[in-house]
Amino acid sequence: MATTKVERDEYSALVDLEHNHEHDHAPFIAHHFYTAEQQFDSGKLGIWLFLVTEVLFFGGLFVAYIIYRYNRPEVFVDAHHHLDTLLGGLNTIVLLFSSLTMAWGVRAAQLGDNKTTAISVLITMVCAALFLGVKAVEYSHKWDLGLLPGDMFSYDPHAHHAHHMISNYLVMLCIPFAVILVATLIAAVLNLNTGKVLIGRFYGGLAITMLGFFAGVLVGVLWMAGAASEESHGSDAHAAVATDATARLVSFEVDDAAAKTPATTEASTTDAAATTPAVEHPVDKKLGVFFSIYYCMTGLHAVHIIGGIIALSWIFYRSLAAHWRSDYFGPVDYVGLYWHLVDLIWIYLFPLMYLIR
Amino acid sequence: MATVTQKQQLFGHAPSNHYLDASHGVMSWIFTLDHKRIAIMYMYGVIASLFLAGIFALVLRTELYTTKEWFLTSAQYNQMFTLHGAVMVFLFIIPSVPAIIGNFVLPMMLGAKDVAFPRLNLASLWLYWLGGIFFIVVLATTQLDTGWTFYTPYSTSKSNTNVIAATMGAFILGFSSIFTGLNFIVTINTMRPKGMTWFRMPLLLWGLYSTSIIQVLATPVLGITLLLLIVERTLKLGIFDPNYGGDPLLYQHFFWFYSHPAVYIMILPAMGVVSEMLAVHCRKEVFGYKFIAMSSVAIALIGFLVWGHHLFTSGQSDLTSLVFSAITFSVAVPSAVKVFNWLCTMYRGDINLSTPMLYVMSFIFLFGIGGLTGLWLGALSTDIPLHDTYFVVAHFHYVMVGGTMTALLGGLFHWWPKFSGRMYNEPLGKLFCFFVFVGFNLTFFPQFIMGSLGMPRRYHEYAEIYQIYHQASTWGAYTLGIGIFGAVMVLVYAWFFGRKASGNPWGAATLEWQCSSPPSFHNFEHRVIVSEPYDFASVVYDESVDGYVPVIPKRETTPNQQPATVPH
Ligand SMILES: [Cu+2]
Repeated sequence: MATTKVERDEYSALVDLEHNHEHDHAPFIAHHFYTAEQQFDSGKLGIWLFLVTEVLFFGGLFVAYIIYRYNRPEVFVDAHHHLDTLLGGLNTIVLLFSSLTMAWGVRAAQLGDNKTTAISVLITMVCAALFLGVKAVEYSHKWDLGLLPGDMFSYDPHAHHAHHMISNYLVMLCIPFAVILVATLIAAVLNLNTGKVLIGRFYGGLAITMLGFFAGVLVGVLWMAGAASEESHGSDAHAAVATDATARLVSFEVDDAAAKTPATTEASTTDAAATTPAVEHPVDKKLGVFFSIYYCMTGLHAVHIIGGIIALSWIFYRSLAAHWRSDYFGPVDYVGLYWHLVDLIWIYLFPLMYLIR
Repeated sequence: MATVTQKQQLFGHAPSNHYLDASHGVMSWIFTLDHKRIAIMYMYGVIASLFLAGIFALVLRTELYTTKEWFLTSAQYNQMFTLHGAVMVFLFIIPSVPAIIGNFVLPMMLGAKDVAFPRLNLASLWLYWLGGIFFIVVLATTQLDTGWTFYTPYSTSKSNTNVIAATMGAFILGFSSIFTGLNFIVTINTMRPKGMTWFRMPLLLWGLYSTSIIQVLATPVLGITLLLLIVERTLKLGIFDPNYGGDPLLYQHFFWFYSHPAVYIMILPAMGVVSEMLAVHCRKEVFGYKFIAMSSVAIALIGFLVWGHHLFTSGQSDLTSLVFSAITFSVAVPSAVKVFNWLCTMYRGDINLSTPMLYVMSFIFLFGIGGLTGLWLGALSTDIPLHDTYFVVAHFHYVMVGGTMTALLGGLFHWWPKFSGRMYNEPLGKLFCFFVFVGFNLTFFPQFIMGSLGMPRRYHEYAEIYQIYHQASTWGAYTLGIGIFGAVMVLVYAWFFGRKASGNPWGAATLEWQCSSPPSFHNFEHRVIVSEPYDFASVVYDESVDGYVPVIPKRETTPNQQPATVPH
């Protein structure tokens, strides 16, 4: 149909106007937007709506938390002694600081200062990884003790726990980060040597981020080791409280079950023998529910941290490539908003999990 | 060498370079960012799901022809109705109208070139396919027997079927739905050109906007619920499963917090489609435009507060049931406002009994019955005996199938000239619409009767007295099947062999009809002329394009009258 000739008529005016309009299109504006403001506003509204869905996504878990805490307050009070407030507090400070550097990066992008943006975003990424490192120590320590969710809960307060310096679980959690560290280090060195500065710096940033993870692991392990040696001297009130509380709950459960059983069994003299199978793991279901909620909430949050690191590394790359200018900085702003939300969720999780009274 | 006028080029049958022709090859479709192509690809998936789940329905109905077990065991029967429900809900009806008609016409109705986030739109489509693959896995492995609601504890510790794959599929489809909703909200907020004010938007856009609000606010809750269900089943969390200290009622609350609003995800866009088609095929301005627009928003918001009516017999407190019952009744008000306005639009309208109009009239009739029978179920006293009977089955099929599916089919006929650039065969379209209407009523009306006589749902054997109703229902199902299959075939035939359509064959005043048929990649090759959406004087029939063209508003460059005094 290329041979069709178009004859002009009164509708031509509609077309000419449109064509004049097409020209002033800056390269960063997608074809379907008319102006930079329209594009920015769309992205901003989009990210806010996305954050709303995130809040609702976590909202389900918060509702579950409220219901189970309301139903079994004593379980929550007792179980929270197993969480390490100091490590949780350290992570809170790390995330708060990362929000500051993120905000700094957004401001720098608005001013078109790509170098400051890159550095701020990199610090944010390192903080995020450090958070995960501390979290890995916390998780692996609990898994060693049998502080597992739901039915898998197998913590025995009377058993003596040998304190390994490095848990096997921790090693497993570290492996993927170590692999990425080595790979990005090699990639950074190779690229920088061949003169590919941009991509080399990008990989270098990723490697530094992974080092942040191991810094977190180191801090966590050292703190745990210190706590363990204090405990072995019998002076750590914290761990002692946890053990006592759980033991109390166990004995309470046993009494409870024993009190009910005689009504159903004829021979009350064989009481103890009859109840033994029924109360084999009396405490599991109760404390396990707390850890179910704990792992669901903090685990989902950790997934969001990992997602945040991926998004931030994209921003980091684009900052190195000097994409931001005072009329185009939307993506930094959007990822920044996301990061603040992830931070904010932790600000709620920390007191709800670690600081129960 | 042919000569066409600018008018024919802009408002006629697209001469060349339309969106179907803009690029070629499978990859140009899989990686397209064009909202129109994405809509077409959704259509393949949605119609395939409809046929698949429809075949399941026919198998179920055939089994139910006899009072005793015939060719399905009770376990197979359970799996069959579960997959029928799950595929119909998650793969057919929730995406149906927004993903096909919404994606295709929403940007054009606004006067935009595309949705705000074309890449996110493509991601939604891919997630839809991915979710579909999970359901195919379920189908190919151990199937699923939990019912589409996945109630705990059966789904977490009793069922031996592939619950995890099915819930994972539903979880992924949920994200597809969230992204579509998010995209539509942003598009409507920020992509409107000058002159397109909120109250100049066609009613379909109000319907889609309200739907999108629900998708964004409710679907994440389903997401976390299904995720918890998966973890519960694998790790025995004890959140939903009473065997490990959990609360199954909590699951029901979470599930219906999404799934009741999901009913409005299904029906609100269908209502929007009906409002559009009604105005065009009656050639009359919609009666009470603002009331229809605002009732969509009202339904969306009140719809969040009624989920407890699914738990009347689950052991929730009497007071809670009472409150939920009262709020449920209040949703009937905005729904009735819509029906009233539609009927008033038809009154003394210039009704053209085309195929889309016949579907509209079916919709109003069937939705009316579906809505009114909902009042029996919303009232506590009558819900107790009717609960879990065929009355419930008939009620929600009247709303979802009689409502949404009818509107979807009508909408496809109405916008088919725009989708394909071709007209469908009108007599055949009407014939199969008749089959759909008769078949539907024959299938589901007897179910109201047997439900009120006490026939419980989900049973594959039943007492003699119900057999006559079951047999009528089975015959109806086959009639309905012929109707749907025939209607789709009429559309397929038209796609390839139909008469070429002009840009605006119906004389509609909304903006998507200002594009050529099929539209170009950028939708509009000209500056759009925004007028009132139902001002049918703004278009005029033009023989040279064999369709309607917009009237260019006269612009006065000098005042009509000389001012009385010349200001100094
Ligand atoms: Cu409902």
